[in-house]
Amino acid sequence: MDQPIGGRRSPLNVNWKHLLSPTGNTGDAVFRGLLFISALLMVLIVGAMILALAAKSMPSIRQFGFHFLTSSEWNPVKNEFGALPFIYGTIVSSLIALVISVPLSLGIAIFLVEQAPRQLARPVTFLIELLAAIPSVVYGLWGIFVLAPFLRIHVEPPLQHWLGWLPLFKGPITGIGLLTGGIILAIMVTPIISAVVRDVLAAVPGSQREAALALGATKWETTRVVLVNGAPGIAGAVILGLGRAIGETMAVTMVIGNRAHISASLFESSYTIASVIANEFTEATQDLYLSALVELGLILFLVTFVVNAIARVLVWNVTRKMSGVGNA
Amino acid sequence: MTTLTALCTLVAVGILLIILIYIAMQGIGSLSFRFLVDSPRPVGEGGGIGNAIAGTLVLLGLSAAIGLPFGIAVGVYLSEFGEGKFGSLVRFLTDTLTGIPSIVTGVFVYTIVVVPLKHFSALAGGIALALIMIPIVARTTEEMIRLVPQSLREGALALGAPQWRTTLGVVIPAAASGIATGAMLAIARISGETAPLLFTAFGSRFFSYYLDQPVASLTVQIYNYAISPYDEWHAQAWAATLVLMTLILSINIIVRIFTRKRF
Amino acid sequence: MPTPTLTTRIAVPERAGVSHSVATGASTKIAVRNLNFYYGKTQALHDVSLEIPERIVMAFIGPSGCGKSTLLRTLNRMNDVIPGTRVEGQVLMDGVDIYQPGTDVVDLRRKVGMVFQKSNPFPKTIFDNVAYGLRINRLTASKSELAERVEQALNDAALWSEVKDRLHTSALSLSGGQQQRLCIARALAVRPEVVLMDEPASALDPIATSKIEELIVDLKQRYTIVIVTHNMQQAARVSDTTAFFLLGKLIEVNSTEKMFTNPSEKLTEDYITGRFG
Repeated sequence: MDQPIGGRRSPLNVNWKHLLSPTGNTGDAVFRGLLFISALLMVLIVGAMILALAAKSMPSIRQFGFHFLTSSEWNPVKNEFGALPFIYGTIVSSLIALVISVPLSLGIAIFLVEQAPRQLARPVTFLIELLAAIPSVVYGLWGIFVLAPFLRIHVEPPLQHWLGWLPLFKGPITGIGLLTGGIILAIMVTPIISAVVRDVLAAVPGSQREAALALGATKWETTRVVLVNGAPGIAGAVILGLGRAIGETMAVTMVIGNRAHISASLFESSYTIASVIANEFTEATQDLYLSALVELGLILFLVTFVVNAIARVLVWNVTRKMSGVGNA
Repeated sequence: MTTLTALCTLVAVGILLIILIYIAMQGIGSLSFRFLVDSPRPVGEGGGIGNAIAGTLVLLGLSAAIGLPFGIAVGVYLSEFGEGKFGSLVRFLTDTLTGIPSIVTGVFVYTIVVVPLKHFSALAGGIALALIMIPIVARTTEEMIRLVPQSLREGALALGAPQWRTTLGVVIPAAASGIATGAMLAIARISGETAPLLFTAFGSRFFSYYLDQPVASLTVQIYNYAISPYDEWHAQAWAATLVLMTLILSINIIVRIFTRKRF
Repeated sequence: MPTPTLTTRIAVPERAGVSHSVATGASTKIAVRNLNFYYGKTQALHDVSLEIPERIVMAFIGPSGCGKSTLLRTLNRMNDVIPGTRVEGQVLMDGVDIYQPGTDVVDLRRKVGMVFQKSNPFPKTIFDNVAYGLRINRLTASKSELAERVEQALNDAALWSEVKDRLHTSALSLSGGQQQRLCIARALAVRPEVVLMDEPASALDPIATSKIEELIVDLKQRYTIVIVTHNMQQAARVSDTTAFFLLGKLIEVNSTEKMFTNPSEKLTEDYITGRFG
């Protein structure tokens, strides 16, 4: 009789109803059971994704093994599939995106959190969030007809003229290629990175700012203190942006040129993992071809999964620790 | 320093305005009532995006029917029972799932729906979009329910309400406007998705309301027209984009006005 | 006013296992036996034993953090909703342990109503608030019976005359004191046997407070009432019996009159005369 009971986590030894719900009410047990099933389904979906993708990629994995990642031969006619050009295109376009977007996003976040008056910060924040609401395909359309011609006429010629001795800026000027893809990606990830950096900066307690100010620091020096404090969270924001850039499909597909080769020039056309899936999936009639494309999907899944997991942990740690949330 | 950060902000806002103004200017020219209700026609004969609008609505309806109840259920689970290890796992997977590229979701749905059914279908497209929607809805639902004061919950429990009635009858209604906001934003988000539809719903040049048949969508039609070599189709792509952006921006602005009133 | 039939025995907190109070004359409604309560690793109640007779008002007093609210919330198992809590010992209601496995907690909470420190009306109409417990427990057979019970509950809570013309407006439009009386009406509508009140007047102005106090004295004709209060004058005004808690231990239970004039324990005297807390 005197056994400890009460509280959700206490061990209850009786029937299934009590296992599901501490109140022992049938409706509660059913309710909790149903909700639990949906939550479990959520876990199963992720599991099913890994299994389904892995199963479909098996023929390709068996055929090519690790060679798949290191070979740059992608030839459906000869049934030769190597993913290196896509991996290269994905990494380089994402890096271009980060190089442009990270300083821009930091500037935006600092401006909105530390400097702008509230009446200005709120509407501007909304406008920047709207950038994230524009669909990928719309960015692609705009990229083809506005950004690419603009780069071809106004940006790439002077770059080649002054910096043409670098291999990065050699080659034909078309407006379509890695650079254009990277710039489009930069625009697309900026609202994401800046939003997370904003949250991180806002989570740095006011006492930190006051401490710096009280020591005679200028406003900018104070901001630096805030940035140092939020550094892991900012790193998380950047990684989150990277994850998004890696998986972005339509806009990049429309402006990157879609040619499977590796070149040092940013003006050259290229191909990303996501783009090749989008372009060739419905054409892939042979099993091995389809399997190779699914394997690319599996790689994309695993890479973005890991990248996102790291980013979440970094951002969670900062925003939770600083705001002192955590107790229920 | 402030000049530099303000400049960054100005660049981002400037790009947004340039894109939006460009869409409006390019799109308005081809927009007409016929364009909104007609099916596509061969180059030179006009045609419209009526089937794509209808197809997008079918896909949105289908994915909302699957994704909203599922997402809300997961969100309620996380907020009401999600304290333990399993809850943390579900929360973590839900968050990570929002970061999975939508093209991968498309490949996944292709393997589990399109391959067994042997053809592209509206159903497959709806499932793909629902999978993108669920984690978003789940997390906003969880956060909105957490904003409901514990005292309301206890008030109902103290009257002898079982937990399920407390949650369904008191807690969820109190969080309803927030949950609706999250649902609206999720719908806005999936209405712009293209990649997961390419090999699930596939696209169609006709009106189709059969769930087991391929169906058109605004985004896929924009994509196909944008990469075509015809100026007329390019113009139609801009006009279709104007329609799509009007839908997405109105949802965002309505939600904005709505939430500002509440807080 | 203290009931003359009631006798109490002095609390002996150090000696575990001994019942701290024996009531005669009135039958015992709730008996707490050797109750320990934990929030995670922190022990909030230490071996509390206490008997609450039927149809009286018992007040729990003590400085904040002394465990009085925790004890109150164990009486309708409201602490179950806080994760990581644990109970040892027994709470007998009419002789049945409510912590026994298989207890229908929902039914228990219907019999033991609760009024909270901060009024918590649902974001529904006044009528729907009071009708809530009746509806979910399906206690009424017809619409007219439902309306009758709602009216009666509002009358019992001395709120009917103030709200009868706007039953179908939002409960959130009421003043703070009215909201709290609405919550009392809501608790009374299901006709509970016991009403638990957790500092019901702490957020109210003096006029609203005196209305609630009058109401409590009124209600003890029909209900067993346990009230937690940090206001000693309030305890003296409304209760028949008072229990004093300190650091999770029950120090003394006595008739209110004796407690405030001639307490048996030195600690109680220190508290009542304002030496601490």
